[in-house]
Amino acid sequence: MTREVNVSEITEALAEMCIRANHFLSEDMKAALDKAAEKEGSALGKDILSQLQENLDIAGKDMIPICQDTGMAVVFLEIGQDVHLCGGNLEDAVNQGVSKGYTEGYLRKSVVNDPIIRENTGDNTPAVIHEKIVPGDKIKIILAPKGFGSENMSRIFMLKPAQGIEGVKKAILTAVKDAGPNACPPVVVGVGIGGDFEKCALLAKEALTRSTDERSPLRHIKELEEEMLEKINETGIGPGGLGGHITALAVNINTYPTHIAGLPVAVNICCHVNRHVSLTI
Amino acid sequence: MEYRLKVPFSGDEIRNLKAGDKIFLSGTIYTARDAAHKRMDESLDKDGSLPFDIKGNVIYYMGPSPARPGKVIGSAGPTTASRMDIYTPRLLDLGLLGMIGKGKRSPEVHDAIVRNGAVYFAAIGGAGALLSRCIKKSEVIAYDDLGTEAVRKLTVEDFPCIVVTDPEGNTLY
Repeated sequence: MTREVNVSEITEALAEMCIRANHFLSEDMKAALDKAAEKEGSALGKDILSQLQENLDIAGKDMIPICQDTGMAVVFLEIGQDVHLCGGNLEDAVNQGVSKGYTEGYLRKSVVNDPIIRENTGDNTPAVIHEKIVPGDKIKIILAPKGFGSENMSRIFMLKPAQGIEGVKKAILTAVKDAGPNACPPVVVGVGIGGDFEKCALLAKEALTRSTDERSPLRHIKELEEEMLEKINETGIGPGGLGGHITALAVNINTYPTHIAGLPVAVNICCHVNRHVSLTI
Repeated sequence: MEYRLKVPFSGDEIRNLKAGDKIFLSGTIYTARDAAHKRMDESLDKDGSLPFDIKGNVIYYMGPSPARPGKVIGSAGPTTASRMDIYTPRLLDLGLLGMIGKGKRSPEVHDAIVRNGAVYFAAIGGAGALLSRCIKKSEVIAYDDLGTEAVRKLTVEDFPCIVVTDPEGNTLY
């Protein structure tokens, strides 16, 4: 049996999600920041973290975006194979939702039409859309508006299999250290290991949408997440990059099978405003 | 140390600032980011003009979110400064005395800061809602077509920032 879903439902859902994601952080991110503020030993670092907490309060109360960079809208759609989409083109519906949310929600329009000509599109479209067909008759929408201060500091490393787990650790640490203050620490580090070039980057981006308090179900990857968080927090970069213990709030690693000749590692860095909201239709 | 300073600067009041000092700025500052810097650079090439008198002034690397009705401005935190590095030494040599942004600068910018006795401040990245409270007036004065990237004249009160590179070239990061 197929279930009919009008794409206008996706438009309306996304418009609301854009506004919500840019004014309210998810519970896991709030908890991670609270914990960081408690644990930070440097006086300046503690001061910065408490200002970030105050910033969050003001954003929600006064409806001012948490950060002026309200991001490029990254939309993950998990579409049940028993769903029949009607009422229009799916990607148009997604972009209409983003346009509505960014316009009605007083969010910044940060998208240019062509990477070379660079004219602002005026409504923050198009979104970056990733679609996946899954079993079932539901549609899950995940929206992750991504700021570019941290996006610019993201990296992909095509390692050799011989470099192994030590090579992976070095790649992650290199990316975070090079990002330094530019990525607005404390950061969340999304890591992809495996797949091919583009799959690896996508794994890293997806990892950022995972809750910061949820560790990988794979034991060796969970241990790697924990070890990397510890190592990153020994770099001394600290909140705002001005020195301190809390440089990262979490390291989320997603993996995928890869080729006998390769070991791709992608590091997608997100600032402390790691926005992700989801909804199922 | 903590200081309250008025902007624009004369130059004397910033001479003894040290990397790590906490500063509260009050007065007039100007916003410009990537696209506005490119236009200012082209304008200097063409006829030597800039949309505002740069002498003693401070540029804030910032593109705000739109103001809700009745509000002065939307979210208004700093953007990464290094993207402006290729344009900055020229502006410093023309009299720019301060910049507010986040992140590291190039060796060329560092040298130009020292050569001109200027200062580079960091504001807290990702605290745009909090920082917007220190902005009392905002007016687009050039390149309106650039939207968020237009040049804005801002009146600020006790705008908090930290000295990252002082006029002697000491650097916090």
